[in-house]
Amino acid sequence: MTNAMTEFNQIQQDIVEEFSIFEDWLDRYNYLIELGNDLPAIDPEYRTNEYLINGCQSKVWLYADLVDGRLQFKADSDAIIVKGIVALLVKLMDNRTPAEILENELFFIDGIGLRQNLSPTRSNGLLAMVKKMRLYAMAYQAKEQKTKNHE
Amino acid sequence: MGINIEKIRKDFPILQQQVYNKPLIYLDNGATTHKPQVVIDTIREIHEKQNSSIHRGIHYLSEQMTGRYEAARETVRTFINAASTHEIIFTSGATGSINAVAFSFGEKYVGAGDEILISEMEHHSNIVPWQMLCERKGAILKVIPFDEKGELQLEKLDELLSKKTRIVALTHASNSLGTINPVREVIRRAHAREIPVLLDGAQMVQHGAVDVRELDCDFYVFSSHKIFGPTGSGVLYGKEALLEELPPYQGGGDMVDQVSFEGTTYNTLPFKFEAGTTHFTGAIGLAAALDYLRFIGIEEIARYEQELIRYTREKLEGIQELKIYGESELRISVFSFLLENVHTYDAGMILDKMGIAVRTGTLCTQPVMDHFGISGTIRASLVFYNTMEEVDRLVEGIQRTIEMLS
Repeated sequence: MTNAMTEFNQIQQDIVEEFSIFEDWLDRYNYLIELGNDLPAIDPEYRTNEYLINGCQSKVWLYADLVDGRLQFKADSDAIIVKGIVALLVKLMDNRTPAEILENELFFIDGIGLRQNLSPTRSNGLLAMVKKMRLYAMAYQAKEQKTKNHE
Repeated sequence: MGINIEKIRKDFPILQQQVYNKPLIYLDNGATTHKPQVVIDTIREIHEKQNSSIHRGIHYLSEQMTGRYEAARETVRTFINAASTHEIIFTSGATGSINAVAFSFGEKYVGAGDEILISEMEHHSNIVPWQMLCERKGAILKVIPFDEKGELQLEKLDELLSKKTRIVALTHASNSLGTINPVREVIRRAHAREIPVLLDGAQMVQHGAVDVRELDCDFYVFSSHKIFGPTGSGVLYGKEALLEELPPYQGGGDMVDQVSFEGTTYNTLPFKFEAGTTHFTGAIGLAAALDYLRFIGIEEIARYEQELIRYTREKLEGIQELKIYGESELRISVFSFLLENVHTYDAGMILDKMGIAVRTGTLCTQPVMDHFGISGTIRASLVFYNTMEEVDRLVEGIQRTIEMLS
């Protein structure tokens, strides 16, 4: 457990370091655009209102599955910089146990200066996305618990 | 003789700053405008020396404050050339003013099956209060459409005005398309059928002289914060005879004559519509802003903005990947546009980091976006403190944005 948590935070630390080389905001955005472009588009079946996290200006779609006790996220956005941030979140959260997602603090967002993009006043759906990822984790955790109790 | 923009910019302290180590280029004036030093000083001075409740106290400060508040009313009256200060109601803003009319006028004159006529290019503030009225009364909302250039389809007006139309509520200038509407013609045709007209001047008063008597509109509304005054204040102009007939829309102190548990009589105009302690610092701050504009010269401002419009339009049209929404010749210095294959939110974020403040999204005019089948636009809205150099920087920013995102 301790090791896994370290790994979670190691990824965050790596992201912060990756971003620290950029002095200019536009270089940071360029990098996010690259990440956004590299993240595969979500399957059309998930690009629907059911999976939409409605921000006022940019749309974010999110779907999670539990495979072997680990969450697998599929996510997308119609705005490419937002999609880049989505890609960072997926990189961090994907293939983690619900416990890892629920127990670890997200510090990389502050670390790369994107806090303002996650504030509740920013209507881009990102804060809602983090919440939704945690909700998926909670739901699957509860489901696992229930299954165990039945066994 | 032109106006000296360099000198004018020094009057606005907020424009002197840098954001992200770049000079601030503020092109979101359609959302709110900045305040000249004289407005800031006026509000500070009130709080330092005169603050006191108006229309109530017998004491020195209250007398002084009341005097300044009523002088502010006179300043507004002169600014829009109303016939009397009885016709000038201080409100919380254009939205508050429209809601007041929708309620009071609606209570008195609108019933089931009656019609309210607005236009397709209205700000949500000039849609929703009327929709709420329609819901309350079982009335029907009708809409004057605009064409592909973003101009009102006047040819549809006569068929839309009916015996059941109780009021026409129309924006003087569009906050998303930039169009200045042919309001005189609309008013003329509505009046021919004895239908009153409300004009939403929130996007017009800061760009040129408005004369409510010459326009012959029945109501005119605008916000203080969009005309370089403090936020939270605004104006409702109404013809005196009409205002006399309307019931008050909020009850409270100051709007009453005699109060007893058996019944209450109301104060005279304009106080009948100003319940409670009004935002008197806002009203006086607004008056300071209007005085400032008169000092610079409204005509001079309008002339300079015409140059800005010509220049901005030419520059924006020079960008191949850019499409402007709203191409009316008669316009305010507001430009909505989209960049090919670029999400407005991405563009807004990139421009922001270059120190350029624009608005992105639906601009509180979702029906306008629906008209064009788009989800939003990027909007650059300029006022007289903006410069051609800033337009050049915007164009560079747009080009950089296109490079980054394609």
